[in-house]
Amino acid sequence: MTTIQTGRHIPDRLTSPFSRALKSWEALLLIVAVAIFVLNSLASPYFLDPWNLSDATFNFTEKAMIAFAMAILIIAGDIDLSVGAIIALASTMMGVAMTLGAPTPVLVLLGLGTGLACGAFNGLLVARLGLPAIVVTIGTMSLFRGISYIVLGDGAFTGYPASFAWFGQGYVFWVITVEMVIFALAALGFGILLHRTNFGRMAYAIGNNATAARFSGIRVGRVRFILFLLTGLMSGVAAICLTSRLGSTRPSIAFGFELEVVTIVVLGGVAILGGSGSITGVVLAALVMGLVTFGLGLLNVPGIVMSIVVGALLIAVIALPRLWAMLRRG
Amino acid sequence: MNLLKSREAILALAILGLLALIASRFPGFVAPANLAAVFTDSSPLILLALGQMAVILTKCIDLSVAANLALCGMVAALMNGAGIPLPLILIAVIALGAALGAFNGMLVWTLGIPSIVVTLGTMTIYRGVIFLLTGGAWINAHQMSPAFKAFPRTVIAGLPVMAWIAIAIIAAVALLMMRTPLGRAFYAVGGNPHAAVYTGISVGRTQFAAFVLAGALAGLTGYLWVARYAVAYVDIAGGFELDVVAACVIGGIAIAGGAGTVAGCVMGALFLGIIKNALPVVGISPFWQMAISGAAILIAIAFNAQSQRAPGRIILKRAEHRT
Repeated sequence: MTTIQTGRHIPDRLTSPFSRALKSWEALLLIVAVAIFVLNSLASPYFLDPWNLSDATFNFTEKAMIAFAMAILIIAGDIDLSVGAIIALASTMMGVAMTLGAPTPVLVLLGLGTGLACGAFNGLLVARLGLPAIVVTIGTMSLFRGISYIVLGDGAFTGYPASFAWFGQGYVFWVITVEMVIFALAALGFGILLHRTNFGRMAYAIGNNATAARFSGIRVGRVRFILFLLTGLMSGVAAICLTSRLGSTRPSIAFGFELEVVTIVVLGGVAILGGSGSITGVVLAALVMGLVTFGLGLLNVPGIVMSIVVGALLIAVIALPRLWAMLRRG
Repeated sequence: MNLLKSREAILALAILGLLALIASRFPGFVAPANLAAVFTDSSPLILLALGQMAVILTKCIDLSVAANLALCGMVAALMNGAGIPLPLILIAVIALGAALGAFNGMLVWTLGIPSIVVTLGTMTIYRGVIFLLTGGAWINAHQMSPAFKAFPRTVIAGLPVMAWIAIAIIAAVALLMMRTPLGRAFYAVGGNPHAAVYTGISVGRTQFAAFVLAGALAGLTGYLWVARYAVAYVDIAGGFELDVVAACVIGGIAIAGGAGTVAGCVMGALFLGIIKNALPVVGISPFWQMAISGAAILIAIAFNAQSQRAPGRIILKRAEHRT
């Protein structure tokens, strides 16, 4: 008998406590978001300024773009830890092209292309060769960022063309940034993909039971490959936005992004072992994360302390429902 | 059995081939003194890889080992600054490392949270705690006592203490894996958790023990690292967890758990150590190292996956051998 690649094992429980709590998860997130919003506006008089709020969205828009694709990838039972490294490589490629005098449209295409290529590479190794996603993407994380280091060493690319700055620094209308529009479009697009298409249903099916999905005629390998492609593509989009916003490329760009992206996804109520979750939850989680970091920033909390908060949030979000279920059971 | 044997043999051949390649251009590299230096330099990686091996054997992964190392190293430096004698510092960092590992292990054991999520979280938390302890300040060589810095470098019978510690730990872990119920439990839990439960092994407790072992080794390495490089700050050993996982994967530790040997693990670490030390000798920029270890991880997993297509996994190697 040939063994079928089933991604990750699903525990022998009918429903996880987490999925039971999920019923009200989005509602809970919304309440938390509103509460943080109110608290912040009470804590600082500068919070409610539209321009400040607009600035604050940069905290999460780039990460959230990737989080949408990552959410569907995780729902299907895989994970991609190389997203930060893909940003670094895509940004480096754009930097190389920029020094050769490439115009903005070429830079954008190159950013997207690099993202797609990296996603395809991950997808090939995971979906086609059947290697475990965690180690593959730990390996490619090192490989992609390593290539950036080979190209850049301890240097940096600066001097992107003025028209390139539009993506990360431009405004579409009043305080609405270009990144916000991309964020909204991505949310809509991935929301439709996950909740309104066959493809989305396939992702859930694969995440719940890849073997059963295979027997019900889903081309499991192809769906997983496409999901890695999408995650790579969105990392490319994020690379364009981030590079454009910073106006420079260093090999350490977007270091640790994967942690925050995964945190947003998990905070959004997506089961880390796959099978359940929604894009609405991820959107709300991105808002909560953005508001928390913005609020802490207004209170002058240093970045590394914020990362403690992010790390603790990641564990607490998964631990608390399980702890709650455990206490109720006995 | 043949496959298991051949995997280590292939890795040994790869290492010898690598050394031969370097020696053909730079014969000085394979001089015994230099090889001993390479081994000493690889000692932290070997120590962490041995702990990581136990964790991976039980189907988990620990991404927080480098942060654990950095935190314990910083605590060692702070204790040294407070005038606490070295033996006490050693006991304290091992205990602290074990406690940090136990925290990971508790979350995995009692709450059943996937280890990757737990350790991704604690990785940033532990590093953040260093910042909270020091406010981001560095502890430099002149703030450390001479005895504190000298211990890992003290040469006994031709090798520094650091290398001897690595040798002792390799022997101890090999003994643990091959000769104790706990060691065999690591393999059993990873090979088939359900079968392990039926044989009376607690899967969660075994995973917990693996995290404690990995944490304790990270704590010990934290002191060795800080004392050897004579500096402690928030970002020491940043990204080192990837090298550690790479060493295990290259060494043939199956990421799905249940298969792998101490010898393979040590050779995986040495392979990376040799590359790291050879790059400047051969004249390649050290910036290549990250990409090379990434590529090595990918080649190693692809290779391991090929040899693991065999049905079933071997838990009792000797029994298997006799039949």
